[in-house]
Formats: sequence, C-alpha cells, structure tokens
Amino acid sequence: MPELLITLPLFLGAIAALVTRGRLRAVLMLAAPFVGAYLLWSLDPETNVTTTLMGMELTPVRLDRMAILFGYLFHLASLIGVIYSLHLKDTAQLVASLSYAACAVGAVCAGDLLTLFLYWEGLAVTSAILILARRSCRSLGAGFRYLVYQACSGMLLLAGILLWMSQGNDLRFDYIGIETVAGKVLMIAFGIKACFTFLHSWLTDAYPEGTATGTVFLSAFTTKVGVYALARGFPGEEVLVYIGLAMACTPIFYAVVTNDLRRVLAYSLINQIGFMVVGIGIGTELALNGAVAHAFNDVLFKGLLMMSMGALLHVTGEMRGSHLGGFYKTMPKTAILCMIGAASISAFPLFNGFVSKSMIMSAAIYEGYDWVWLGLAFAAAGVFHHAGIKIPFFAFFAEDSKLLRQGSQEPPRNMIIAMTIAAALCIGIGCYPQALYALLPYTNNYNPYTSGHVLSQLQLLAFASLAFLGLRMRGLYPEEKPSTHLDMEWTYRRLVPGIVGKVSRVVYPTWTRLRLRLWTAVTQPLLDKVSHHRSEGSLARHRPTGSMALWVAVLLVTCLLLFY
Amino acid sequence: MIHREKPLQKPDGSPYVFDSPKNRQRFTRGFLIVCIILVLLDFSGVRHADHPWEALFSFYPLYGFVSCVVLVLLAKKLRQVIMRQEAYYEPYPGPETRKDVEPSEQEGSDA
Repeated sequence: MPELLITLPLFLGAIAALVTRGRLRAVLMLAAPFVGAYLLWSLDPETNVTTTLMGMELTPVRLDRMAILFGYLFHLASLIGVIYSLHLKDTAQLVASLSYAACAVGAVCAGDLLTLFLYWEGLAVTSAILILARRSCRSLGAGFRYLVYQACSGMLLLAGILLWMSQGNDLRFDYIGIETVAGKVLMIAFGIKACFTFLHSWLTDAYPEGTATGTVFLSAFTTKVGVYALARGFPGEEVLVYIGLAMACTPIFYAVVTNDLRRVLAYSLINQIGFMVVGIGIGTELALNGAVAHAFNDVLFKGLLMMSMGALLHVTGEMRGSHLGGFYKTMPKTAILCMIGAASISAFPLFNGFVSKSMIMSAAIYEGYDWVWLGLAFAAAGVFHHAGIKIPFFAFFAEDSKLLRQGSQEPPRNMIIAMTIAAALCIGIGCYPQALYALLPYTNNYNPYTSGHVLSQLQLLAFASLAFLGLRMRGLYPEEKPSTHLDMEWTYRRLVPGIVGKVSRVVYPTWTRLRLRLWTAVTQPLLDKVSHHRSEGSLARHRPTGSMALWVAVLLVTCLLLFY
Repeated sequence: MIHREKPLQKPDGSPYVFDSPKNRQRFTRGFLIVCIILVLLDFSGVRHADHPWEALFSFYPLYGFVSCVVLVLLAKKLRQVIMRQEAYYEPYPGPETRKDVEPSEQEGSDA
C-alpha cells in the first residue's frame, strides 16, 4: 500500500546521507522531500489504512486535510533545511535532520495513538542529536536535559494511552477532551511538546545550544507536532485559550532582556505557539483554520529568522546581542532577508504572519473573548518589539561589533538560497493568502485585507516601533549584557539539585551512622556465636588424647557410682 | 558595551548609510511623519470596528505605544530579579569559558 510508504522517502534520504558523499549525497537529500511531497500529493486525500496488531485495531496512516497540510509543511521545511545545510560535512547531523523530518511527517499522518507514540519518541531522539552535534560542553548538557524532558513527554503519552484504553476506548486518534484523567494526562504530554507555560524551558534551554543548521530544523518540527496533536485531540477546550494567552504574553518579557539572539527567537517561538493554542482553544472553524495557518506561516518566518541568525553564527561564531552589531555593512543580503522574517513574524500587512494572526484575533473577538483579544494585541505588539525590531537591530544595526572587522562576509550561497526561498514564501503567502487558505482544514472565506484591519495593524506596529525608538533615545531600553536569566530550568538545574545536595548532606551521615549501629546490633550476637566455631574457638580447640582418656575414665567412674 | 570603535567605513572611505547623523535624523523624521499620518487616517473613517474598544480614537496607536513601554519597563524590573552572571550554570570553567568577556561585564546588575 503506497500510503504506508509516506515517511519512506525522507528515511531513505537519511540513509542516503549516511552512505553517500559529495554531490550524490546533496542530490539524494534534495530529492527526498520532493519525492515525499509528490507521494503525499498523489495519494487519496481521505485515506485510512488500518491493520490489526494483537487484537488492537491500528491506523498507521490517516490522511485528511489537516494531516496533508502539515505533511506538505514538513516536506517544505525539510527541503529548506536541507538546502540550508548543504555545505555541511557532518554526517550525524544530516542523517538526524532527515530522520527527524520523517518522524514529524509520520506523527501527523498517524491515525492511532500507538503509532503517534512511536513517532513521538523518534522525534525526541533524532532532534536531540541536532543539539548534541554542536559538540560543546554546553550543548552536551542541554541536549541531555532536552532528551530527559522529551522522554517525560513520551512516558506521559504512553501512560495516557494506557489509561485511555483502560476506559474502554479504542486507539484511534480523534477528539479526546479533558473530562477524563486520560485526557488530562494526554494534554500534558502534548503540552510539553507544545511548550505550555512552565513546561517550556526545554525549548529555551536547548534550541540556542543547537548547531547553526540544526536549530532551523528544530524550530520547524517538534512544537508544530505538539500543536497538531492539540488541534486533533483538544479543539474547543476553553482552558487552552487561557494557557495560550499565558504562552503568548509571558515569554515576551524574557525576550526583551535575553542576550542570546537565538534564545530570543526561542521565546518568540513560544509566543507564536501561544497564538495557535488560543486558536485551538476557541475551536471555531475560523479559529482552528487560523491556528493551523499560523503554524504553517510560523515554520516559514521562524525558520527564516533562525536561518539568518544561524548564518551570523556560522560567519562570526557569536550569537550574543552584546557582541554583535553593524553587520548590515558586510552581510547586507542576510540583513534584508532577516528583516523580511522580522516583518512576517510581526504580522506586517503583505507578509504571511498578518494573514493568519488576524484570523485568530478576529475569532477571539467574534467569540466574545474580549480580554483575551486585548492580551493577544499586547503580545502582538510585544513580538514586534523583540523579534521584529530587537533581533535585526542588535544583530545587523546598533554599534559596530569588533567581529565586523575580522573578515565577516555573506554566508555560503546555499544558506542565502534557503533564506531567499523562505522569504519569497513569506511574501508570497502574505500577498496571496488564498493559496494557503485553500489548503486549510475548513472552508475559509476570511479576508484579512480590509482597509480598517490593515490600518489598525499598521498603527499598532508603528507606535510599538515609536516606543522602541523613544526608549532607546532616552537610554531607557535595557542594554544587551552578557548574562544568564533565570527561567524554569533553574528549578531542575539549581533548585532541585541544591535541595537534594542539602538534604543528602544531612541525611547521608545520619544514615551511615544508623546503618552501622543496625549492622552492629544484628551481627554482634551472631559473631559471638560464630566465635566458638572458629579455629581458635572453644569448640574447635585441639585436645590431647590423654585428657580424652581421662575424661572417659571420669565418665565411667561417675556411671559406676550412680548405678551402684 | 564592548565595542566602542570608529564605525567601519565603505572601501571608498565614505560612511555607511546609518553611520551618518544626517541620515539617522532623516530616518527618524520620516518615521515620525508616518506615525502622524497613521493617526490622522483615523479621521478618514476607513477603520471599522469589530469591537467597541476599537472604535475609540487612536486606540491602536495608544495601545501599541503604552503596551510596549510597559513591557520594556516591566522587563527591566524583572531583569533585576532574574539576571545572573553569564557563567551562572557553569561551575567548572571548561572550553566554553568566554575569554573575551571582561570580569566587569559579568556582574549581574542592571545599570
């Protein structure tokens, strides 16, 4: 059945990356996403492939409009990512990135929870390699923390599936709902992947430590699979509206003060997922369309921003805002492409962020979520502030970095081509949103380009920039400083180890003393007994034959006296 | 800041576009004019409102400006609480130790 081969082209691409080298490897890796996308296009758009395994009915492949849209998206992202990493010779990274893309495609095409679980774990392992592949002490630590976090998500998913089955449900992956315990557990499992507030630190901890090319792949897949799983299992759950609002609003404060520019992008990634989660929580056709469309657009513009920062990292080896600046002089193409990404994420009219973010905002108003809408408008102004202005400003403008004079130049051509493709798609979808709308799960008659809508968005963004300009001119804008900012990862990198350390410093000596006493109390009587049987013990002593004869004589005399 | 040198110039010795104070001033003025035009466009009546709050005069400009100022000022306050030195999580100096950071820059206080 050709449907079962849906992930095969990308997996074969990964194998090709492993066994071939040079031009052939480049051609085969580039061909893999094309073949995969062609396969997806050629299949019947409403397909269910079912099979039975140990009495359980499984659906390894289920295709519908939503799965196909995400499928196309992941093939597109992997194509852009492969072009971006064509200069690489690191086989481990290349193999991991295509396997990672294949797992993402498999996860969104999975029709049952068990298949989803398998790809879920695959995503965790393959993506961790992209972090570890930077081969530094920091990335090693971050990679393993990331892996543990993802393993927790996998375990919760498995626990949720077992609970779900024990309640008499089949394994089919459709609406789940949070009424049951299983539903709650599954939502947390999906929520880890989708970076719910307080469960988000794996992303901001690990993504900035990934390789320049690996983080481009990372930003595209894991979180979007989380969003897809939420959209499939929990559409219309009101709690998601408030979780999404928290996700949209809280990271922007961190993004303003964070120094590592890829970490700023990681925070803005959570912010954008917040918009999607709000859309899923609202659950109307418009909101769900908006969430899915925004996921599609986010892969493009966040990928573009990550690529432009990756290009800077590749050229300069530096990612701290405090050490960058002025690169528009030596890397003008990268600067322009970065600004296109910045305009897209900020939802400027004619860029793709605008056509999907508006849908979610409008849905919030239509469904009466006034305060949520106000919060989202705040988050929209905030994202413009840090991702739209801060990223390009501190990277490419601001004061000249001393790295500027150390022979900085445009990155390799393949990087520029990949960024150009992403930028063209950002503008293309922004100018002609109907192309994307036609692929959305529900029929969509939404028109983002009303004069009022465009004007209000321009006003919001212009005055957000004015605030930046004013604060910067008055010296009130926080300076970029080499620093670490405490976030949730502090709990498992400092708080818990600190508590465990303190407790163990008290408990361990006490326990050692107690154990010694207990040991003495139990073993001493035994030792006393045993001592009689040792070679020098009283029961094992050698006695002369004469004394034996004497004692026998004494015994006999005693018997004689007793009987007579 | 670490970099306070003479800005890099073009190969022919002329300054780059944003290094010239005149250009910067032009840019700022142009931007302010755009902002004013955008506010004045509120009078044109093209901005219909889905929500009563939106109908208020210059709702979006005010909201955008105020929310960003509040965002930055709150973030600065937040920074005073959560900012630590760069090597906070790195107890053992390894190959990751950044030599180009002077000790004075590692102090975690907000100016």
